[in-house]
Amino acid sequence: MTTSAASLPNALGSVVLSAGPPIDSARSGGFVVELEAFSGPLDLLLHLLREEQLEIADIPIARIADQFLAVIHDLGLNQAADYLEMASRLVRLKAQMLLPRTDGELWEDPRAELVRRLLEYQQIKEIAHWMAGAVERRALRFGRGYLPPPPELPPPPLTLDLLELLSAVDRVVGGILHPVLHRVVARPLDVEGATRKLLDLLATHEEFLWTEALGAQPSISDVLSVLLALLEMARHGRCSLSQPAVFSPLVVRRESALPAS
Amino acid sequence: MNPLCQLVEAALFAAARPVTAEELVVLDSDASLDDVRSALEQLREHYDFDGHGVELVELAGGYQILSRPAFAAAIERAQLNTRQPRLTAAMLETLAVIAYRQPVGRAEIEEIRGVSASGVLRALQERGLIEVTGRSEALGRPLLYSTTPLFLELLGLPDLQNLPRAEELSIALQPPKPESIGPDDAAAYVAADA
Repeated sequence: MTTSAASLPNALGSVVLSAGPPIDSARSGGFVVELEAFSGPLDLLLHLLREEQLEIADIPIARIADQFLAVIHDLGLNQAADYLEMASRLVRLKAQMLLPRTDGELWEDPRAELVRRLLEYQQIKEIAHWMAGAVERRALRFGRGYLPPPPELPPPPLTLDLLELLSAVDRVVGGILHPVLHRVVARPLDVEGATRKLLDLLATHEEFLWTEALGAQPSISDVLSVLLALLEMARHGRCSLSQPAVFSPLVVRRESALPAS
Repeated sequence: MNPLCQLVEAALFAAARPVTAEELVVLDSDASLDDVRSALEQLREHYDFDGHGVELVELAGGYQILSRPAFAAAIERAQLNTRQPRLTAAMLETLAVIAYRQPVGRAEIEEIRGVSASGVLRALQERGLIEVTGRSEALGRPLLYSTTPLFLELLGLPDLQNLPRAEELSIALQPPKPESIGPDDAAAYVAADA
């Protein structure tokens, strides 16, 4: 047990050191690993084990942990999380492997969980490989082609003269049972007239009820015209409007600024 | 070929997807499921023995007429048909986990693969290869994913039973019981490492 106790500070030191130039891979000639080629930390780990021809069930954690850290050293931040999680797990395992153990006590291998995951992942990779082959084989057979709808071409330019157009309209209109499609009604609102009327009233009266501008039997359009004219005039400051009580008629008042004509 | 066999051939030709025997029974009110099955068998033999460029393939629970692999290169060269875009390694691994463990949640997939899976799952869903088939009773009721018939079509498999069985692979699907090693071996390790 003295050996393991003595190696403890050394081994922990190498974890810290491996943030710098990695010792192991430097010694083995520094093989280059493209991280994009791996689909995750387990994949990378399997690769490292294969590279060193190591048994999954019997991983030299310290060595593999150092190599793993060396490989992910230049990792971009966006991929880092999954790899860093594995790195910290490896470092912890490395420390656990170094803890002194008393003889006779049943020792539970701290690597067991990692070994289980690696074996499981290796099998998944094997299935994925088989599936890739199945996809390849299937891709060699074509079903009946899917017939895409014909492409949408722009409509050909229209060539017809006015006579043709008019006769076409005649034909269409002739087929309609009640050919009156829409009656155009002249705009009944007369805001200008109402404004003139109001200005006349304002010229002679300091204050009057707006109903006075409406006449004897106003139509809806008359009422609307006067109301719109009033609002417009109030907006321009040519009169002021007030309503003494709810639902009572509006009181129109000459603005003091407006000179009486 | 008898009339039912011709009818089955016409129906398979008209369909753009694998058609099940049950669907084919509807074609002829006088035909039984067994009649349709033997008609399918007759059609297969006809294609296989009379020298045809197509064959009858059992696919995703049904039957489809497909061109023979030998002509794939020529068909592609003439740009008469194209292959689907390839699946990435991450997609294949994720599909493998789902195919064997379905219905399975995201957490288990991520545990097995050791990487986050949300992006891959979305991509597979968009291609219609997996679908959500339920929710787990676990905390947060996470979604559970399963493979779709399109997955079987993509791999050219009649059904999920045609995936390689666990014992056929070099490593058993069941995780092996980790044997704890003796303290002496472990000490040897430490010494070797140091």
